[in-house]
Amino acid sequence: MKILVCISQVPDTTAKIAFSDNNTTFNTQGVTFIINPYDEWYALVRALELKESGAATAVHLVTVGKADAEPVIRKALALGGDEAIRIDADSNDPYSIAANIADYAKAHNYDMVLCGKESIDYNNGSVGAMVAELLDMNFLGFAAKIDVAGTTVTVKREIDGGEETDACELPLVISCQKGVAEARIPNMRGIMAARTKPLTVVAGAAITSVTSITGYEMPPAKSGVKMISADNMDELVKLLHTEAKVI
Amino acid sequence: MIVVLVEHSQGVFKKKSLEAVLYASHIAKEMGTGVTAVAMGNVSDSEMQTLGAYGAQKVLHTTDARLDNFSSKAYAKVVVAAAQKESAKVIVGLHDTTGKAVMPRVAARLQAGLVAGAVGYPDLSKGFTVKKNVFSGKAFAFVNITSDTKVISLMPNTFPVVKGEGSATVEQMEAGLSDADFSVKVLEVSKASGSVPLSEAELVVSGGRGLKGPENWYVLEALATELGAATACSRPVADAHWRPHGEHVGQTGGTIRPNLYIAVGISGAIQHLAGVNGSKTIVVINKDPEAPFFKAADYGVLGDAMEIVPKLTEAVKKFKAGQN
Repeated sequence: MKILVCISQVPDTTAKIAFSDNNTTFNTQGVTFIINPYDEWYALVRALELKESGAATAVHLVTVGKADAEPVIRKALALGGDEAIRIDADSNDPYSIAANIADYAKAHNYDMVLCGKESIDYNNGSVGAMVAELLDMNFLGFAAKIDVAGTTVTVKREIDGGEETDACELPLVISCQKGVAEARIPNMRGIMAARTKPLTVVAGAAITSVTSITGYEMPPAKSGVKMISADNMDELVKLLHTEAKVI
Repeated sequence: MIVVLVEHSQGVFKKKSLEAVLYASHIAKEMGTGVTAVAMGNVSDSEMQTLGAYGAQKVLHTTDARLDNFSSKAYAKVVVAAAQKESAKVIVGLHDTTGKAVMPRVAARLQAGLVAGAVGYPDLSKGFTVKKNVFSGKAFAFVNITSDTKVISLMPNTFPVVKGEGSATVEQMEAGLSDADFSVKVLEVSKASGSVPLSEAELVVSGGRGLKGPENWYVLEALATELGAATACSRPVADAHWRPHGEHVGQTGGTIRPNLYIAVGISGAIQHLAGVNGSKTIVVINKDPEAPFFKAADYGVLGDAMEIVPKLTEAVKKFKAGQN
């Protein structure tokens, strides 16, 4: 079983979000980029576990981005994985990203594609399901547990208002969230090994973006907190009813 | 025509789907067209007709016993069939666990641009620009869809649901489904019964490390029961297994936008705020006057959660009794 893990680079969770050029560009000054936590902690680590257990024969990592995405993919290689592919394209349009990944995957016969449930920057959570559609594969979203026996994959996953356990034959695409695996910390051996692992750059496919971000806006600032005495919860309830009108 | 995917639970349409129909009907009016809803599985004609009161003129109904179990492949195929039948220029769904699996498939199939997690109506004066959450609620982006067909998944709880007048016509639709569309075998389904799903809840009571341990959660649960609210928690609480991880809200958990979010014993780290700052009203109860959450709150109460929360529950009970 060959696994392809989709890796996205995102601003660190503590990064200050600011925009420049009249609110049309995300200001990356002073921003540290990390591997999208869902891709790293869950999708990647589970893929590595499957290889360690003998269920998978190869784990490849793919990212869609320009050269500045390479430090992050090296970091991912330090955790494990046999090789990485950077598809040279600059886009935040989910369809373009998915079409690029699907193009590559189609030519290289992966049995399983793993990704995080969403990236923490654009929060679309769309690439996994799009890749599945473009490869005509099944898609199981929000996995909390993935087991493989032969060519049958069992996935426990979140559904609207509950949980479901599914069985599906390979090939398929799975988006991962908490529960799938435990985050790992790269060790020195992994970091050294990552330096010499193959990182192949392939040209992006000729795909027209179907969306573009035209601007950004910060949420309105709160007008200030109204403090209520701990002995006056009747007052709080009254304000929630008459002023905030939420109860 | 605008096509909107509607979801039901045991034959009753979900409130967030009514919201999606209203949303579609708002766009349809602006574009001078109508709304066709797409319903699947076991749902009665009379229930489908009620979608007329939310702005749908027609409901396309695909009945197939296999659709009772969710399959993103099959659902996407039905939505695409409906869109093609109606020559739809805009397709609307929800940004929930169902929509996040179906709408990207629909968009990819039609090579259409998708705005996932819309929190506003499309601005037609600027192409087709839709506002959405980015950076886990820390900012908004305006996304212009440039393809001919446009796909939008709406963030639940964005717009109020108001019932109007009208009745929709119901038409059966054959979607050409095959066994290959149902190759995922569902082994087991467990749904939380009775309680309000967190993503749809209008009122949420949430707890953090300040509650000291899972044994103290009964005070939050009593308040939630009195309010009819869902319960949530911060990441350290989920990590420590005090609460199920489905309750975790924040940057790496769920994003919610209830009308009222009551945060108890949560300091308000930036990662937590990211998941909840779309809430209309925030109440913070914390014993630390320096807790950053107070800066993001509308109402604050300083003091010990174990004393304050029961008092608040009592006050709510008194208020509810006075209402009746």
